[in-house]
Amino acid sequence: MWQRLRGHQGRNLWFLVFVAPFFVGLTIFVYVPVVWSAYLSFFEARNTIKPTRFVGLENYSYLLHDKLFLNSLAVFVVFAAFIVPLTYVCSLALALLLDNVRWGQAFFRSVFFIPASVSYVVAAIVWRLAFFNNARFGLLNSLIRASGGESVSWLGGGNGLYWVALVSVRLWLQVGFYMILLIAGLQRIPQDTYEAAALDGATGWRKLRYITLPQLRPTSVAVIMLLLINAFQAFDEFYNMLGSIGSYPPYARPPLVHLYLISFGGGQQNLGVGGAGTMILAAIIVCFSLAQNWVLGREERRERKALR
Amino acid sequence: MINRRSLLLSGGGLAAAATLAACGDNNPLDQPSGSASPSTGEKPALTQWYHEYGEAGVKEAVERYASEYADASVKVQWTPGEYMQILGAALLTNEAPDVFEYEQGGSLDMIRGGQLADLTEIIAPVRDQFNQPVIERFTFQDKIYAIPQTIDMQLLYYRKSLLEAKGIQPPTTFDELVAAAQAVKSDDIGGFFAGNDSGVGVLGTIFIWASGHDQLNADRTEAAFLTNEFYEALVAYREFVKSGAVVSGASNEWYGPEAFVNGEAAFQWGGLWSLPAIQEAHGDDFGVLAFPAIGAKGRPVVPFGAFGACVNAKGKNVAAATDFVKWLWIDQEDKQIDFSTAYGTHIPAKDALAAKTEQFKSGPGADAARYVAENGFSNDIMWSGPMGEAYNAAVNNVIVGGQDPVDAFAGFADLAKQELAKLAG
Repeated sequence: MWQRLRGHQGRNLWFLVFVAPFFVGLTIFVYVPVVWSAYLSFFEARNTIKPTRFVGLENYSYLLHDKLFLNSLAVFVVFAAFIVPLTYVCSLALALLLDNVRWGQAFFRSVFFIPASVSYVVAAIVWRLAFFNNARFGLLNSLIRASGGESVSWLGGGNGLYWVALVSVRLWLQVGFYMILLIAGLQRIPQDTYEAAALDGATGWRKLRYITLPQLRPTSVAVIMLLLINAFQAFDEFYNMLGSIGSYPPYARPPLVHLYLISFGGGQQNLGVGGAGTMILAAIIVCFSLAQNWVLGREERRERKALR
Repeated sequence: MINRRSLLLSGGGLAAAATLAACGDNNPLDQPSGSASPSTGEKPALTQWYHEYGEAGVKEAVERYASEYADASVKVQWTPGEYMQILGAALLTNEAPDVFEYEQGGSLDMIRGGQLADLTEIIAPVRDQFNQPVIERFTFQDKIYAIPQTIDMQLLYYRKSLLEAKGIQPPTTFDELVAAAQAVKSDDIGGFFAGNDSGVGVLGTIFIWASGHDQLNADRTEAAFLTNEFYEALVAYREFVKSGAVVSGASNEWYGPEAFVNGEAAFQWGGLWSLPAIQEAHGDDFGVLAFPAIGAKGRPVVPFGAFGACVNAKGKNVAAATDFVKWLWIDQEDKQIDFSTAYGTHIPAKDALAAKTEQFKSGPGADAARYVAENGFSNDIMWSGPMGEAYNAAVNNVIVGGQDPVDAFAGFADLAKQELAKLAG
């Protein structure tokens, strides 16, 4: 009996040894909290994790009627529409550039990767108080004034300029990381496909369009999905660039910041509304990911069909 | 604030702790932990939590207070980071502290959840000695759940010499403030500064009080400020911003002294905690004011915040913890003065103690203490997160976005009613 449970060469045992720690960790720190917040979302749960007052879908309907929450979803869409394509294009450009560099490859890769190790909080504060300071002596305002312009209010609202600060800080922080992922993808492309293409007379753009990009698709799919999920979870740079003690402006308010403010703002703990919010966000992320998979996998399916 | 000295100190502390730990189990410095059950004849063991105070020396001071208490052994836990969230989570477990500080004397959720012991009895004999607006804010349905420790406030700093040069008196109404800010503003210095968002964030609820209203009606069933006077106050501030006399960009936010110290604005809305830095920079050349009254029904306003010492009602030693809180925050007046004034500038919670200290006896400090007593306001206990967010959004839409105040606050009355009904349970 024991022999059969252990499996051939103890394979079942080893399987358990390797998988169990991760599985236990995942269960305790991910699945249980997810299920618990789903449970809490149906209750009036203030300051307790063992609520007694069942309210059905009230928390959900409250959030779906909250103008600020709906605005925050729009903020995410705008943010993602800027940051996802921009980061992808910049990372890809850097990756292509560095892939062909003859010397100093390691140096340049490190140079572009280093920002990835900077804290979002620290970067946001530097952006807020130095680069995008509203004052006339802010770095960018000094530049504008030196070239004869008027200083502008970057983060004060009333215009869309805060997006420049928010998008640029995240771009600077994450572009190096995705560059590394794309370089890894580029190096998987067999050299002989390029040689064959060269023999056929393909150069420059055509090589990129017909060889590099199609071969890079699995990496691109992963990179874009990660970018999108990260954009959805944006919190640190928004909170530290625009928040003040006890207040956060109504604009540029991504979903997580808004949920944090209405469920934990002012020292309260409204876990029911918080739980409902996270469930809505999780559902949206899942839908986005499925849609994206379907769109980006479409061509692959078409090719497979053509082969059949 | 982390500076090199405190870093070095904490490094030394860690090394010392490591050395002591190596000494083995019979370490004489080892205090019994909070979970140890007290046997008869032994002193009860209590744990006490504080949030991280920025000033150097506060941690050592509160540890010293605790060690001087004879009737229980009190272990202080210093809690950096998101104190309110960490405490809120801890109170749901068995590892909860026996005594802890909380802003404005405990939240509605905590009171409703039965987490706070009723301290009305121990404070009743001395209730009148405490700062009145603070003690009223700490009272919920005739009960008090926390003893005020110390008071913080916001106030308006102004440069005396700049006003005198133009022959202007310190403003007592909002119109006078606007006129003064416009008069003193020049190419070298701005008029009024209250944050890089033009002050919309920090001044938000002040517009309610300064235009002569309260946030909620007496029964806490609806919003009590949606009047023409309030809307006119918002429009008045919008005009002030548009006039160019409000500085919308400075070297730091309103909560730092930098903008005022560096001479970026003649008026700055700031915190009392900035007073020492401002005194050092400008000497006698500054004064403090409350936010001036807006409109005919208006009144001057200073918002205050006070941490209060609470007792965990579900703790193992409620009686011993209550005795300790009474000893430290009601009886030990020298410690209360030390806590408020020796490491930074906070107003002692008892009026008589404030009058005794150097900082609050005369000058701007005395003015500040008087403003809290006469013009002190703070958010109502039922002014919840969602209500505050909706309010701030509407104010921002009026002042920054240029929306008509009536439109911006169109849905607010209903939202407040629903939210308050929900909170009333």
